[in-house]
Amino acid sequence: MSRSEPALALPAARTLAARHRVKWWEALPWLAGIAAFFFLPSYLAFGTQVLITILFALSLDLVLGYAGIVTLGHAAFFGAGAYTVGLLAAHFGWKEPLSGLVAAAAVAGAIGFASGYVLLRTRGLALLMLTLCTMAILQESANVAASYTGGFDGMPDLTFAPLLGIIPFDVLYFRSQYLYALVVLFVCFVVVRMLVYAPFGQSLTGIRENVLRMHAVGAPVHARLVIAYTVSAAIAGVAGALFTQANAFVNLATLGLDRAAGVLIVLILGGYGRLYGAFVGAIAYMVLERALANAYPTAWQLGVGLTLMAVALFARNGIFGLADALRRRLAAPGSK
Amino acid sequence: MNAALLETRGLCKSFGAIEVAREIDFRLERGARHALIGPNGAGKTTFVNLLSGLLRPSRGRVLLDGEDLTSLAQAKRVKRGIARTFQINQLFHGLTVLENVCIAVAERLGAGGSMLRPAGRRRDVLAEAVGLLETLRLEDDAGRRVHELPYGRQRLVEIAIALGLRPRVLLLDEPAAGIPSAESHIILAAIATLPRDIAVLIIEHDMDLVFRFAQRITVLVSGAIYAEGSPAEIAANRDVRAVYLGSAADA
Repeated sequence: MSRSEPALALPAARTLAARHRVKWWEALPWLAGIAAFFFLPSYLAFGTQVLITILFALSLDLVLGYAGIVTLGHAAFFGAGAYTVGLLAAHFGWKEPLSGLVAAAAVAGAIGFASGYVLLRTRGLALLMLTLCTMAILQESANVAASYTGGFDGMPDLTFAPLLGIIPFDVLYFRSQYLYALVVLFVCFVVVRMLVYAPFGQSLTGIRENVLRMHAVGAPVHARLVIAYTVSAAIAGVAGALFTQANAFVNLATLGLDRAAGVLIVLILGGYGRLYGAFVGAIAYMVLERALANAYPTAWQLGVGLTLMAVALFARNGIFGLADALRRRLAAPGSK
Repeated sequence: MNAALLETRGLCKSFGAIEVAREIDFRLERGARHALIGPNGAGKTTFVNLLSGLLRPSRGRVLLDGEDLTSLAQAKRVKRGIARTFQINQLFHGLTVLENVCIAVAERLGAGGSMLRPAGRRRDVLAEAVGLLETLRLEDDAGRRVHELPYGRQRLVEIAIALGLRPRVLLLDEPAAGIPSAESHIILAAIATLPRDIAVLIIEHDMDLVFRFAQRITVLVSGAIYAEGSPAEIAANRDVRAVYLGSAADA
């Protein structure tokens, strides 16, 4: 990139032209993920759960953080993916993990497309209610179709075939599962990162910032939202599928409000609309939860609740927002 | 008489029992500098909303170059060449000035939905957006977020976004509204430098601006066209003075 290029005469233009480039610190989460594999071998099962939560939160970031679609029902797609691989493994003998992920993405994406097409014509509270309804409908369907899904008990003791026919894959192999989840997360992350730095991602940000103006520049707002929602649903479906594969079971909780609200908390805790908020939020939330549960087995939820209240009151934009504020304060020592 | 570039025929709009546009037959010629004036509540913004597609008329038609746009949504009308600014800024407040304009330019070039290449590689979009900022003397603010700018500068961003759409028809809804009078000359200068081939319809309360800018003036009262003519004719029209200029002078 040369300064002589007329398009890049302004510093702001150079910033914009270079924004998508990979920064050195973006290697850190992946190095940390690999380091955990070698140095924290006894925590790998927990680590896999963290990776799954990161992926789920990342899918939410695309719609909530970038496109500004407020949803309380994102577990609908997590659960759809989770049940897809569960049903395929239990009833159709389709036990290969990787192709299971693809099937889960397709099913969750299709549900995302169909529901998104209808409900993304609404905004605000109506949208919030409709996302919740979508999830409730799926959860109740899974409950009613007990002969396939196991109903309230879910499907325990699922087995999966070796990954790609070679690498053994079940609950006892957390090392391979951890690496598998890490690679899947990386691939999905690359896709989401590409989308948000493309003009498509900019237009989602435009919709979030001012939908009226976005119509007035000629953007097909509804179509853009539906595409973003579909992609996000597919990725959430992959996260759900990983969950089923890693735990060898699936139950109604994968489609529940607890999970939908949990991922919202994770994303808000880390900071939304910035890709890495999902990473920081998931790690902070799950480590905190685990530490408190070990220290105070009976009252740990109180501790989680108080911490989240503190974050909501004092760090509106999450941990990353707090870091931004600190950096600004350090950069401008004279001002308060 | 040639066909007008933008035309309305029998345009009506009512909200319940309230008629806000009544049988409006209006013509905007190619390259026009046309002002729409009238007292508060006359239906000027409603008329612009009907032209831009934000509102659908109850009856009547909107034609651009003979093509009936009445059933087209706003975004489709933008693609046909109708752009607008809003009376109250409608900007992407959390984004930088340059990003605001880039979004508009990218949409016009059909790049807004592209997913594979980073936006930063679209140098054509960047170059055009930078060019627009330079035309409007906004280049020093290019990297600032819109909400950090004084309101007058934000008004210029509104115009930059509209120009980024390379419209054939530009609808300016009170471009100088909310700006301290000391700064309104900047807006005036920006309007004076608009490309000649764009037909401009401006709603404005500042009569100095209207009479300096417009070649033709339409007076709207209670949702209907009350008078239309050259600035000299309108200035000499006693009825118009009574309903509008007079009341403005009293106020």
